[in-house]
Amino acid sequence: MIAAIAFYCFAAVAIASAVMVISARNPVHSVLFLILTFFNAAGLFVLIGAEFIAMILIVVYVGAVAVLFLFVVMMLDIRFAELREGFMQYLPVGGLIGLILLVELIMVGGSWALSPAVEKARAFPAPPVDQMTNTHAIGQILYTDYIYLFQGAGLVLLVAMIGAIVLTLRTRDGVKKQKIAQQVARRPEDTVELHDVQTGSGV
Amino acid sequence: MLEIGIGHYLTVAAILFTLGIFGIFLNRKNVIIILMSVELILLAVNINLVSFSVFLQDLTGQIFAMLVLTVAAAEGAIGLAIIVVYFRNRGTIAVEDINLMKG
Repeated sequence: MIAAIAFYCFAAVAIASAVMVISARNPVHSVLFLILTFFNAAGLFVLIGAEFIAMILIVVYVGAVAVLFLFVVMMLDIRFAELREGFMQYLPVGGLIGLILLVELIMVGGSWALSPAVEKARAFPAPPVDQMTNTHAIGQILYTDYIYLFQGAGLVLLVAMIGAIVLTLRTRDGVKKQKIAQQVARRPEDTVELHDVQTGSGV
Repeated sequence: MLEIGIGHYLTVAAILFTLGIFGIFLNRKNVIIILMSVELILLAVNINLVSFSVFLQDLTGQIFAMLVLTVAAAEGAIGLAIIVVYFRNRGTIAVEDINLMKG
């Protein structure tokens, strides 16, 4: 009963905030609603018993991706009102395509059935909750059977990080920077000159 | 109604997916909102993967959801970096102005 109420709350808020993401006037609000959507999706995952994915969703999406979006939206000086001009013009065709897609998905969702063979086809059966937590169970297969995929995911992130840095790094002219090595390497004899000055004559 | 099954989760995922597609069409001029819509679509995919994983009691789906999450994060980072560079060079990110490779 409580689980059902929680499910409907999380689902309703997630869908409502997803609507706001695509229709908000201000992109900053869009990003904030995106964060709300992710929080509610994480709530759905907790309800279903996938705690680890839920927490990862919050850490990765809210902590990294959404903040990155927020940063870019606020950093770029864009007049977003101009970008919204064709909004009503695209509404009918977008609505039509969305509707067709939704009908297709409903037709697929209403007609599928599980094959009896699926019980035997399980690669890694989830252990009962009272024996092992979700995080523990995922850890036991992620670092053993799926180690190559795990390392591959790490490589993808590394390449993305290097790519983002290479793309956005720029060397500007005319910027004065401190060169510490040069400062340390400077010796008094290179820079200080001693003059014997006659009294009363000046340099 | 009160018994939450896999169908409920699949419905939520389907609605989120449709909203993502709808958002791409609705905000045809704004690349940032398009990227956010792509994130919504990937979230819908993740909900599908995790709900099938839980209801079929097979952990592989959750591993796969994590990989999808990784790719989504990488895609977001690279996409936003490209937007920043493009804005720095051209002073606009309107989609119809992005036609340098048209010839």
